Amino acid sequence: MTWLVAEVTEIVEVTASARAITLRVPGFRGALAGQHVDLRLTADDGYQAVRSYSLADTALDDVVELAVDRVDDGEVSPYLVDVLEVGDQMEVRGPLGGFFVWRPENVEPVQLIAGGSGIVPLAAMVRARRRAASTAPFRLTYSVRSVADAFFAEELSASAGVDTTWVYTREPPPGHARPAGRLAPADLASTFGPSQDPAVFVCGPTGFVEAAAALLLDAGHDAARIRTERFGGA
Amino acid sequence: MAITTRGFGGRRAPAEKPLPPGQFLTEDFPVLSAGPTPNVDEAHWQFSVHTESGEVRRWDWAALMAMPVEDVTTDIHCVTRWSRFDTQWRGVSVDAFFEDVESEAEFVMVHSYGGYTTNLPLEDLLDGKAWITFEHGGEPLAPLHGGPVRLIVPHLYFWKSAKWVRGFVMQEHEEPGFWEQNGYHLYGDPWLEQRYA
Ligand SMILES: Cc1cc2nc3c(=O)[nH]c(=O)nc-3n(C[C@H](O)[C@H](O)[C@H](O)COP(=O)(O)OP(=O)(O)OC[C@H]3O[C@@H](n4cnc5c(N)ncnc54)[C@H](O)[C@@H]3O)c2cc1C
Repeated sequence: MTWLVAEVTEIVEVTASARAITLRVPGFRGALAGQHVDLRLTADDGYQAVRSYSLADTALDDVVELAVDRVDDGEVSPYLVDVLEVGDQMEVRGPLGGFFVWRPENVEPVQLIAGGSGIVPLAAMVRARRRAASTAPFRLTYSVRSVADAFFAEELSASAGVDTTWVYTREPPPGHARPAGRLAPADLASTFGPSQDPAVFVCGPTGFVEAAAALLLDAGHDAARIRTERFGGA
Repeated sequence: MAITTRGFGGRRAPAEKPLPPGQFLTEDFPVLSAGPTPNVDEAHWQFSVHTESGEVRRWDWAALMAMPVEDVTTDIHCVTRWSRFDTQWRGVSVDAFFEDVESEAEFVMVHSYGGYTTNLPLEDLLDGKAWITFEHGGEPLAPLHGGPVRLIVPHLYFWKSAKWVRGFVMQEHEEPGFWEQNGYHLYGDPWLEQRYA
């Protein structure tokens, strides 16, 4: 698998700290929803840094769509969110990861659980489902600090056949019944239970994934049905 | 074609020794796992070696504690591109587990609680190259990082260092383990950058 030259074709603000970045990557040959790529940035003096980013959509074979959240003391993400412009170049390798994937031919119920930027590969699954006109029942539980921190909020809430439940950890919008707080056992009430045997995908910062996966196991889900992607951090 | 990324300066960590290609140095301990973290307590932990003739040798926690303990300081390299220098582990050399095992098989499938597997040539586990560990940085190994007991094979990418290890199955032929079936390299030498199949 070789490094391909990528050019930034579009940048869209997603939240105050995150951007959706579209790259045109001649030679990239498509991906499955849930997969990621490695991005390689090269400084003028040849210094290179590589990080992994999930694909936010897998619609077009030679287009890579990402959504990157700024990790404040980070090396790469502040550059991608604050400095990168349309026309800039970098390198891409992928698609990577053959396990954290949803295939449109799967008809079983799917439970998605995202924390913060962990929505990215799960949004790719929602989009792949829509494009394939799949009727697989999807539920999404999405944990964010506040309304302003949600990625793709309107699109997710409006996705037919995808039942979205919001968990606000700091600041729920006015009228939201659930009080502010981290994902808790009661939040599983809106998810597919173990008896429905869903394929479960959990993604977000490592601490969020640990907590969510532990709740699912406590609720009786089979560990083998739970797939996780840990983005890093505490 | 060499391209550069306009405006990217990077923030290079001053590496006191070389890193494998494509790796960056971190002080953190990121986590790569495909599923939930299994909960295995010491009282129920068991480790076994299964040979091609069907023989099984077993160790429990007390047996592990009775084996010769080594302190190991080593660099580790994860396929997701982070490396750490001078990580500290306490455990038992894999050699000690093979002292009474009769096997002609050249490959090992490592099995973990939670169902994870990874494949290795036996020679990569012997001669002081791999350990069955239960402490990291002077503390009992946390479940998130593979506790109570984790295999470490520091000269290969860290996915070979199976968390929550519970056994070795000797095999005459090499077969791919979990990540090896899901896109990662069969062997995984970080210095040759054998990340992906
Ligand atoms: C498979 C995979 C897919 C990923 N997909 C995405 C994605 O779609 N969108 C996205 O924004 N990020 C994603 N990430 C995270 C991304 O790879 C980087 O880790 C992240 O952008 C930080 O890089 P950095 O260079 O800015 O920070 P670094 O310089 O690497 O780290 C700086 C500090 O931030 C901490 N840190 C690193 N990552 C995180 C994190 N995610 N949350 C909180 N603290 C962190 C580190 O522990 C360190 O202390 C993904 C990671 C993986 C492994």
